[in-house]
This record gives sequence, structure tokens and C-alpha cells, in this order.
Amino acid sequence: MASETTNQLANQFAGKLLLRSEIPLSEDVFQHCVSSGNFTAVSSISKNLLYCQCNRCGNREPGLFAKIPCQICHREHHYCRKCIEMGRVMECEPLYYWNGDQPAWATPADPCSWDGELTDKQQLAADRITQAIVSQEKELLIWAVCGAGKTEMLFPGITKALQSGKRVCLATPRADVVRELLPRFRQVFAGVSIQGLYGGSDEKEKVAQLILSTTHQLLRFRQAFDVLIIDEIDAFPYHKDPSLSFAANRSRKQISTMIYLTATPRKEQRRRMLQKQLNHMFVPTRFHGYPLPVPSLKMCRTLKKDLARPAPPKLLTEWLKQRVNPERQLLLFVPTIELAEKLEMVLARKFIQLGWLPSKQAITFVHASDPDREEKVQQFRRKETFMLLTTTILERGVTFPSVDVVVLDAGHDVFDEAALVQIAGRAGRSPDDPTGEVLFIHDGKTDAMVEAVSSVKAMNKRGGFR
Amino acid sequence: MCDDPVCNDCKQWATYYYDRDVLTRNYSVFVYNDVIQDIVTKWKYRGDYVLGNIFKQYIYQTYKQHKSSLPDQIITVPIPLSGQRLLERGFNQAKMLANFLPLKQEELLHRLHGEKQSKKTRKERLSSKNPFYLLKKVNKPVLLVDDIYTTGTTLRHAASLLKQNGCPDVYALTLVRG
Repeated sequence: MASETTNQLANQFAGKLLLRSEIPLSEDVFQHCVSSGNFTAVSSISKNLLYCQCNRCGNREPGLFAKIPCQICHREHHYCRKCIEMGRVMECEPLYYWNGDQPAWATPADPCSWDGELTDKQQLAADRITQAIVSQEKELLIWAVCGAGKTEMLFPGITKALQSGKRVCLATPRADVVRELLPRFRQVFAGVSIQGLYGGSDEKEKVAQLILSTTHQLLRFRQAFDVLIIDEIDAFPYHKDPSLSFAANRSRKQISTMIYLTATPRKEQRRRMLQKQLNHMFVPTRFHGYPLPVPSLKMCRTLKKDLARPAPPKLLTEWLKQRVNPERQLLLFVPTIELAEKLEMVLARKFIQLGWLPSKQAITFVHASDPDREEKVQQFRRKETFMLLTTTILERGVTFPSVDVVVLDAGHDVFDEAALVQIAGRAGRSPDDPTGEVLFIHDGKTDAMVEAVSSVKAMNKRGGFR
Repeated sequence: MCDDPVCNDCKQWATYYYDRDVLTRNYSVFVYNDVIQDIVTKWKYRGDYVLGNIFKQYIYQTYKQHKSSLPDQIITVPIPLSGQRLLERGFNQAKMLANFLPLKQEELLHRLHGEKQSKKTRKERLSSKNPFYLLKKVNKPVLLVDDIYTTGTTLRHAASLLKQNGCPDVYALTLVRG
């Protein structure tokens, strides 16, 4: 094989861990790569007396393995059910990683064209991130309040990494965030090869130095990144699914920097920070310099009855009549899809009757498996709709310039402390309207609510607000 | 599920075969819906083999319900996959379903490789060439088993081949009626 093609292959496959079906090469070329030692096969499922382990996702749970009478190798053997959505891992099919020459990534002198200004606080964090990358610190956690402007804080560090020919990945829990960040990064890092990876993305075969991906896509990487940034470290699914931290750790090079971003660190991370096991930096203020809106708790004794009918609680309509700024759009969080579906028409009718909504097109509802989710969110952003009903799917990673936020039945289990803090963080995100009202309507205080409020107050206090 | 009167699909097929539809009856367990679609997708296309076991009791019950209208001596013939598709999938979903039935099973058919049925339009399916050939003649009635009945083309390709070669009567049992 010509060295030119070997280079291309190195670029394409270095740092990946793939099934044969994920390697788009003819059998001849592929076999040549295997026999020349460029591709190394590793067993996809290893077994010992005690357990099976899937070597792609790290799964060891017996209940997440099953046996198949395989018609390919004519034996009965295990396959992994945990990561099957990414293509089935079976005992008789190895995983392959590139063991040939490592690619030389570009070292652009001036990759970043962002001309925005960082605030002093942001600059401090950006410097800290850059320092971690330059000195190859193992781990750094950036705890930045909602609306601190995390993405911009990353630009200087990413720039530095690219200048020295490093490979960088920013992993975030949700595909919509990847899709939102892509055009922005393409604009800011115009000359850099950038790839967006998420379920159903059409860039799977691209080759890139800077990768934006969902956390799940890390399952296809092995020792790939010099810098790995994990966004929303506390969010579902990362903190619940051990596969993802397994994959994240495998996807970084042995000498590399892992940067965690969060607005609401969980107990485990707080403990590690307290015990000085985890280097971190706290960014206490939003980029526009205003404090986080503090949620107000509103007790509504008839809440369960109202929601069962369903009817909007009187308290909600009363509050709507006397909002501080009636121009703001309304973002309404509900605990379940069923409830949202039931409420949508009822609320529309009621609010039209009150003269608060012009028509029923002014209210819309999104949830996780809604095919039109992106379009509806865009419409709300463009102020074509006044009111957006949503489940926790929009608790983080989205910015609307001017909204008031209401959580209906804030005592429901789905609203844990982190979720409530994130939800409150949707209000007052724009410098043009840096405040907003946040209302938790409940029929009995929960620890989550109380902790969320005190956590917001504590962060404001650390930011120098009284 | 698919009791009398005869559905439009069968009426059309009857016309197509000059009133002698090669398939006597098709029995389906489920009518297509989102839930079934999700399960079948995960089972068949993602290859989550064990998921198929949840259909066991349903297939069996449907068979029992219609057992009296099926001829004695009937044997099951699962619709095969092409060799290449079998190597991709690792198992034949139709055979898995046929294994749930307390009947003698014979693999009489071989399938040539072609475009996936699920990727074709209705028109393309109806005008497609018969992808099967026979490995062995059979003189007993046959119950074809497959996972999804969409246009009925696949089943009738198999049925007409069987009937041309001495099979007296062909029925079908499918998991989902599309």
C-alpha cells in the first residue's frame, strides 16, 4: 500500500475502536491492514469465572448479556445487550483498533477567529483551562453557574491545544446540543477539521482533529484524545451510566487532560472537590454580571386535584395577571408527557379566554421523543410562540433570551435538586433582560426544592451578591 | 385478528391469481403499531436475539386458536434469509418464530440475495422476481412462518413455488400484519 493511503487510513481510524461492520474498507484492503499489523483485533467480550465483560461499553451485568445460537460461527455464545443500539457486539466478532502510524494533526498558528470579550471571571476560568491543557493536568472541573458562558471560556484552551497539534473532543449528553454547537464552532474555528457525532449524524466517516459528540459516541474511541471535555458531567445519562465514564476514560490518551463542566455538581463531585482530590475552579457569576434568579416556592393545596381534572391552578393564573414583565415568554415545566398532553389544550383555552394568548397556535409542547422538537424550540426562540410546555428535556443547554419559568408540581420525583437549579437557570440569560421570575408550584416542599433554592442563594453569595 | 370477511389485500391477490390465491390463509398475531415496531426493530435489525422470546406465547396462542382450521399433517416452513443477510444478522427471525410451534419444521426453501424488502416500495415489491428456489419437494400442507406481512408478496412467491411442486395447500402465520 502506498504511504499516502496509509496516512489517510491512519487519520481515519486512529483512536477508534470498531466492529468490522463499522470499517468501510473492502475485504482486501482490510485484510492487508490486519496482516500488516495496522489493525489489531481485541476480543469484544472477555470472560472469566465470575463474569462477562463487554470491551466496548464495559458492561458486566449478567442481565445485560444474552446468548445467541449464532449462524455465523455456528456456536451458541454471548452478545452484549447494553450497547446494542450502536451495533451488536458478539463474542465471535472482535473489535479492531488502529495500531499503525499515528496521524500528525495540523498545527494551525491562528485557528480561532472569535472576537468576543471574556469577562474577568470568564478570563480567569479560561486561563485555568489553558494552563491545565498546556501542563497536561489529568483532571479539572469547572463549576460555572448557569449562564456563565461556558462555551466561550473553552475557546482559548481549545485554541492552545490545536496550535500544538492536539486532538480535542467536546462530549455533551444530548444530540441537540451537538447540533447547536456545530455551526458555532465551524464559524469560530473555520480552518480546523471538525466532526459532529451523534446517533444519526451523517459525518460518521469524516476525519477530524476537533470532535463534538454525544457522550455515547465515545464508545467508538480508544486512546484518541489529548483533550477531552465532558460537558454537563452531572447530567443524565453520564452520572447514571457507568458505560459512559468507562468509554470516556478509554477514549483519552494515556497522557491527556480531562475537563469536566457543570453548573450543578453532584454530591460525589463536591466531596472530591472538598477533599482536594479534584482540581476545580468556581465561576460564580453569569456573564452579564447579574445574579441567578432565586426561585419562589408557591404552595397550592389543590394541585393534585387541579392536575387530575386537568385545570391550571388558580395560583398560576393569578400570578400571570401580575407578572413583573408581561412581555416575557413563558416556559412551563411539567413532570410527565401525559400531563403535558392533557394540559396543552386546557391551558390554551383558559389563557385565550383571559386574553393572555392570541390563539392556540401560541402555545406548544415538546418532549424527548417529539420529532418536531427542534423546530418547536426554534419557533419559541424566534418568539413565534408565547408559551412552551416541556418536560425536563429542556432543563439545560438551551437559551431563550427572555422568559419567566414555572415548574408545575415541583415536588415530583423527576425534579431533583440539579434539575431544579438548571431549570431556574433558564431565566434571565440575556443582557437585555438579565432577570426573570422563577416559580415552583408544589403541594408540599421537598428536599430537592429547598436545596435548589439554597444552592442558588449560596452561588449568588459566592458571586458577591447579597 | 384477521378473520373473515376476506381482507382487500387477499381479494386483490385472488384476482391476480384468477381466483386461485396460492396462499389459502394468513394468520397474523399483531396489527402493526409503534410498540411492536420498536420491539421488532430492536430484535431483528439491532439483532437482540432474546427479545424474540417475548413473542413465544402470542405465536403459540394464535396457532392454537386456528389449529382446528389448519389441515392435519401440516408442517412449518420458515421463510429463509439469503446467505449474506444471515451472516449480517446472525439468526433468522422467521425460524425463531417457527421454533415456537409444536409442529414438524422443514427448511425447504433457499433465498437468493437481493435488496431488503423493507427498503422497497409497494410497487417494487409486487413486481419483484421470485427470490426463492426449492431444495426439496413436499406433498404435505405447509404453514409458512415469517415476521411481517406487508404486501404478501414474499409469502406468495414462496407459496406459488411450493404449489407448483406438489404441495397441496399453503397457509401462513406471521407475527405482524403491516
